[in-house]
Amino acid sequence: MKKSKGCREQRQLSIYVHIPFCLQKCHYCDFLSFRVSEDEKKQYLMKLQDEIVFFACKYKGEIVTTIFFGGGTPTILKEEELNDLLLTVKESFTVAEDAEITIEANPGTISRQKLKCLRSAGFNRISIGLQSAQDKELIELGRVHTYAEFMEGFRAAREAGFDNINIDLMSALPGQTMESYGETLTSVLALRPEHISAYSLIIEEGTLFWGRYGDTTLHTEGYPLLPSEDEERLMYQRTEDMLSKAGYERYEISNYARKGKECRHNSRYWQRKNYIGLGLGSSSCYDNVRWKNTDKMTLYLTGSPEQYQMEKTCLTREEQIEETLFLGLRLMEGVCLEEFLEKFGKNIHEMYPDVIDKYVSNGCLVIKDGRLKLSKLGIDVSNLVMSEFLF
Amino acid sequence: MAHIDKSKIRNFCIVAHIDHGKSTLADRIIEKTGLLTSREMQAQVLDNMELERERGITIKAQSVRTVYKAKDGEEYIFNLIDTPGHVDFNYEVSRSLAACDGAILVVDAAQGIEAQTLANVYLALDHNLDVFPVINKIDLPSAEPDRVKEEIEDVIGIEAHDAPLISAKNGLGIEDVLEAIVAKIPAPGGSDDNPLQALIFDSLYDSYKGVIIFCRIMEGTVKKGTKIKMMATGATADVVEAGYFGAGQFIPCEELSAGMVGYLTASIKNVKDTAVGDTVTDAERPCKEPLPGYRKVNSMVYCGMYPADGAKYPDLRDALEKLQLNDASLNYEPETSVALGFGFRCGFLGLLHLEIIQERLEREYNLDLVTTAPSVIYKVHKNNGDIIELTNPTNLPDPSEIEYMEEPIVSAEIMVTTEYIGSIMELCQERRGVYLGMEYMEATRATLRYELPLNEIIYDFFDALKSRSKGYASFDYSIKGYSRSDLVKLDILINREEVDALSFIVHKDTAYERGRKMCEKLKDEIPRQLFEIPIQAAIGSKVIARETVKAMRKDVLAKCYGGDITRKKKLLEKQKEGKKRMRQVGNVEIPQKAFMSVLKLDSD
Repeated sequence: MKKSKGCREQRQLSIYVHIPFCLQKCHYCDFLSFRVSEDEKKQYLMKLQDEIVFFACKYKGEIVTTIFFGGGTPTILKEEELNDLLLTVKESFTVAEDAEITIEANPGTISRQKLKCLRSAGFNRISIGLQSAQDKELIELGRVHTYAEFMEGFRAAREAGFDNINIDLMSALPGQTMESYGETLTSVLALRPEHISAYSLIIEEGTLFWGRYGDTTLHTEGYPLLPSEDEERLMYQRTEDMLSKAGYERYEISNYARKGKECRHNSRYWQRKNYIGLGLGSSSCYDNVRWKNTDKMTLYLTGSPEQYQMEKTCLTREEQIEETLFLGLRLMEGVCLEEFLEKFGKNIHEMYPDVIDKYVSNGCLVIKDGRLKLSKLGIDVSNLVMSEFLF
Repeated sequence: MAHIDKSKIRNFCIVAHIDHGKSTLADRIIEKTGLLTSREMQAQVLDNMELERERGITIKAQSVRTVYKAKDGEEYIFNLIDTPGHVDFNYEVSRSLAACDGAILVVDAAQGIEAQTLANVYLALDHNLDVFPVINKIDLPSAEPDRVKEEIEDVIGIEAHDAPLISAKNGLGIEDVLEAIVAKIPAPGGSDDNPLQALIFDSLYDSYKGVIIFCRIMEGTVKKGTKIKMMATGATADVVEAGYFGAGQFIPCEELSAGMVGYLTASIKNVKDTAVGDTVTDAERPCKEPLPGYRKVNSMVYCGMYPADGAKYPDLRDALEKLQLNDASLNYEPETSVALGFGFRCGFLGLLHLEIIQERLEREYNLDLVTTAPSVIYKVHKNNGDIIELTNPTNLPDPSEIEYMEEPIVSAEIMVTTEYIGSIMELCQERRGVYLGMEYMEATRATLRYELPLNEIIYDFFDALKSRSKGYASFDYSIKGYSRSDLVKLDILINREEVDALSFIVHKDTAYERGRKMCEKLKDEIPRQLFEIPIQAAIGSKVIARETVKAMRKDVLAKCYGGDITRKKKLLEKQKEGKKRMRQVGNVEIPQKAFMSVLKLDSD
């Protein structure tokens, strides 16, 4: 491992490693994850090792400042398997000493022993999927754990030495009320995690929930109802209220952190910094070229990178501008007007006079301290605002 | 070809109710007379426009000349003139008929006589055409040729016992039809030596040749170099080319003489100069008087057409200009709407004509249009004695200046099986119809006669008729005149701002109902926005209905898993795409289709 200090000139890189395995599919999940046989898992890990080594050669001169093991449920793997992967990354790439190395975890797959082992191998941030502190709601979501099991996992993580923990939460769940959601927030805040991701449930096509709730005209007989639109919006606002009172700053639309504990890896997505995705179905963005690995396991296992890397596109200037805005606005600090001008040779207002005027005047956008940002109202309807920046 | 024996010419057309197989029979006649081999045939040769083929209707009159070697050993020249088949184009039909000497009446062996069968056959008889019937679709299991023959004799009063029984689709019995054409349709009259007198039954604009006049020579001869004069419009020109109609092509010939059907070109730039029904004569040796029956065609239905993208206004203007080259009955003039910006008020023969133009603009010229609700021409009698012909509801003067208003009335004939008489009468009642009478054609079918306001039938009357009779009712109408009526202008206010493009004129008694439905419809059509939006219907300053569009729900993208932003971008793109079809009115965004929603108020 080389040192990063004094290498200011060096280009920074992030690495995402995808582990598409889960004990069981959650009812709302539309992400690439499934149950796996021991045999297939072995093959996958071997391929992943190859891929890491292969790409390390291509990005030799760059320094890796963040690594993220996401899923699926990465912690479904044995500690040795995870550590092997991380070790390969560290040996093949140049990883900064102070790199942020996150692993996603679900309660029930994180024993004390395992967490200790992961921590000592170099993982220094853990993101635990809780979603709700109400067991009833967890069952509805198809989660495999109880709140008590989560608590056990959280404590184990602290004991193992994780001093940077994220908890994933969700609002607008079936059967959820303002009261039950408030309780969830209170319980979680009592644990003082460094970071909280709070999402609103979205009913995605292809999920079990889609069949149950996707068609709003159908009667969802026997299942708890989704909160009304008004309730949903209230919950969303409640999140911000309670978390900011507790000292968490919202730094991204769905992310809250205690000072200095913002997730560096995810922020790089919004800032359009370079990142390489490894593993099945993972996405990459490098110097304005985006691509995505196949989500077909056989192709991934047997193909060459040219075969399994899909949709490779070099972003046009227009696309870069669009992305800069709709990704940048997700961050509460917004988009720096000066940087934009520097990069694209035109200032934002000149490029989008009507959009900026309209949304500043109706209170969705704010220009402050040389930056363009979403207002509180703007966050609530951010899709609308962001879509306006597409050409 | 210099001297054609007139006794060997047959000029005829085919009349039928829609879908009774007129175009298919025309195809078979062309095929069997050997002009085209089966392989060359594209289904329905005569319906040229893509749109015509799709809709299965004929919009422009077409014509074709074929040669038939009859059983008597002689060769006959057939000029088949295909006529438009819709009530909107009645005048065009009548001019095409006037160019013929006889007509084949096609009747569906299963359905029998329908409203348009009658309307068209009477039109043909009015033009003194010899009409002989043909029973089509005899291959259908439900065919009842004997019953239909009887019906033809009873209802129309023409002989039908020896009518050829055919299946145009399967090519059955076509020979019989060809022989009947020779035997039953008279040869044309006229003399080659008389002054030129030719009837224009259609025209077409070609960018190389200019206007191509479709005409029937009644008297005299015309050839290249003849200085011709259009008697009604007064336009003159020198003939560049004369010829006749091959299948889908123009075949030049030396001259056209009395009794012949063909075309002329004379470097004429505008179809307005060659109005359908006008008489072409020799400018130097004119005929005494024009042929009877010419009239100026007037638009009956008007609507506003606006480009969805305001920047496309010049494109829309160019497209309308081009369409008008071929369609003298299309009128347009620029207008401005507060809600929709710059556009055109366009006049049409009827709703079908409107739809066709709209579709052609969208398809052939790739324009995205916003169309306002169609309106008829109202006569507004002002206190000061002025009479305004109102085509755009927005221009209605202040009620205090109006003494009274008149609206156009049609006489309608609806043919329906007896079980649906009740529901059809109910429909006519709802549409302010005045019942005139009913005749039974046979035990199970009757013709209802009504007077109906035109503005009640231009929206969706035809659809309503079909749905309430399970498709069994047929309908035909003609304009009767104007009648005084208690009309009001209904305004729609969105977020307290009047949206001019949504105003319409309606009878006082139905205003409340319409206003309520309109508000409900708009509530469904207008998506939620940042703030709550009231939708109101008002007559003058009096609000008669109200709905509210609630403020927008939360709309946030969830997590971007593993930096996969393409999916999220697609979602935003979809949202953006939806917005493109919106119109900004005040600070409310209104989807384009909302402007057309008035059309579908009665769909439930």
